[in-house]
Amino acid sequence: MTTGTPKEGWSSRIGVIMAVAGSAVGLGNFLRFPGLAAQYGSGAFMIAYFTSLLILGIPICWAEWTLGRYAGQRGFRSSPGIFYALIRHPVGKYIGALGAIIPVTIYMYYVYIEAWCLGYAWKSATGGLSNLGGDVAAYVSFWERFVGATEDGLAISPGSNGVILFLFIVFALNFVIIYRGLSRGIEAFCKWGMPALMVLALVILARVLTLGTLDPSKPDQNILNALGYMWNPGDVVHQLRNPQLWLAAAGQVFFSLSVGFGVVITYASYLSQKDDIVLSALTASSANEFCEVALGGMITVPAAFLFMGAAVGGFIGSSFSLGFKVLPMVFARMPFSEFFGTAFFFLLFLAAITSSLSMLQPGIAFLEEGLALNRKQSVALLGLITALGTLFIVYFSKDVKALDTIDFWIGTFMLFVMASVIIVVFGWVVGVDKAWEEAHRGAALRIPGFFKPIMKYVCPLYLLTIFVLWILFKVLGWDLSTGEFKPTGYVTDLIGPEYSVVARLSVGFVLVIITFFLITTAAAGRRWDKNRSDQRVRNETKAEVGQ
Amino acid sequence: MSTGGWITMSLSVGFVVGLFVWCIWRVMTAPQADSHLHGIEDIDTGED
Repeated sequence: MTTGTPKEGWSSRIGVIMAVAGSAVGLGNFLRFPGLAAQYGSGAFMIAYFTSLLILGIPICWAEWTLGRYAGQRGFRSSPGIFYALIRHPVGKYIGALGAIIPVTIYMYYVYIEAWCLGYAWKSATGGLSNLGGDVAAYVSFWERFVGATEDGLAISPGSNGVILFLFIVFALNFVIIYRGLSRGIEAFCKWGMPALMVLALVILARVLTLGTLDPSKPDQNILNALGYMWNPGDVVHQLRNPQLWLAAAGQVFFSLSVGFGVVITYASYLSQKDDIVLSALTASSANEFCEVALGGMITVPAAFLFMGAAVGGFIGSSFSLGFKVLPMVFARMPFSEFFGTAFFFLLFLAAITSSLSMLQPGIAFLEEGLALNRKQSVALLGLITALGTLFIVYFSKDVKALDTIDFWIGTFMLFVMASVIIVVFGWVVGVDKAWEEAHRGAALRIPGFFKPIMKYVCPLYLLTIFVLWILFKVLGWDLSTGEFKPTGYVTDLIGPEYSVVARLSVGFVLVIITFFLITTAAAGRRWDKNRSDQRVRNETKAEVGQ
Repeated sequence: MSTGGWITMSLSVGFVVGLFVWCIWRVMTAPQADSHLHGIEDIDTGED
């Protein structure tokens, strides 16, 4: 079946691996993972983390690559089209629409954070951060002014610190690269961007590990104690009984690998049946784990401890606090601060842009395939949609409320839903035996047989358990010590007397986006149905002529 | 840093480094490493 999509593809295996790894490696690798590991006691956390990687992260990656390539062979490149081909029911395309809605909506706020990274790299290079001194409060205040966290509209007002200029640059850069296409745009960028990111991280790691003791009056704040703060295990057995630790570890694996985004499934649809996916998926996942554990786990929290001691504990629970309030001060006080500060924030910028690029491709693929737009039209339309969304988030910047609300409901809640759909379709709709066979076409590696029951039974059950725990803790506010439920701010912001207008507007905005994509999906479905019907008539005519 | 800390760090970092190096080695030595994937064609912007 033909869908009239412009023909594109990857140019090399290493290129697609770098692109998928680039999609997975993001700010969470360097800011969220180390904070969680230190917070929960790294011994127990790493046991839960690697367990989740083995039975949740890697199996879902294999499932996404397999389903994407399978549907790609049938002519579909967009998530709605892919699920239309996989589920073989009209509702399939609407379920698949999530795979376009999620990445495009996440892009709207992710590109803003990306602009912070580039802005901080620039400010580091020009001495704008080292001038702030050694008090973390000055960096907190700088961040609040920079992103407009104290007042709605501040980020785009003349009194801001110029974040809008950096936003314009990164927004334009994303769309220039995406316009160049899959191979000459995303792949070409990730093929140098990912190695550059790793080299930068290794240079910074070498600097952090050789810092020794910075202040002789505080001998306890040395590199060994800093590594100990990050890696010393607590009471492992006791900590493993904490369901919140499992939720945090599984959530980190899940979000870090970019599973359930709709990105990997789209990327894989451009592969042919002869192309390996088992080893490629494992390599992309291992690149992400290398960046997260070996680089992220060794750099950020230990560096922050060296300068702040145990006081850093008050900041590691939030990626924004660690990344944009504490670490700018840490790098500003380090010898050769301009160089290392710039290197670190440029590293974050690279991690962010390789991810944001991947969020645009599912939207581009959908507009091209569903509405039969050409590349220029689809880039223009997606640019307009995402620009409106980003403007909304930048304007409602007070307490980063709009960003936080959309991240919670789309970037977390919807992700669980989409990942569940993927693993259920793999194991139960396509069928684990058929999907297993499909995964091994052209494979350079065989998946060990014990993964078959894991992918059919364990993975969906584990995902469901984590999802239920997430709802209990993060939505309904279950307090383990008292057993009481107190709905979290994400719920009370929307329902009840203390609602937030911005939170309600944010959810309203998301609903508008969802409606747009569903209407577009319906239009695309009519085209696909007509194509399928025309194809059937052609086949019947051929058969009659043959007789 | 305690002995437990050294063990946790070494096992965690060692595992991910080992896995990554092994995967890259397998990819680079596999016959498909430099092969053309999917018959890449010129970017079709659909404007012709």
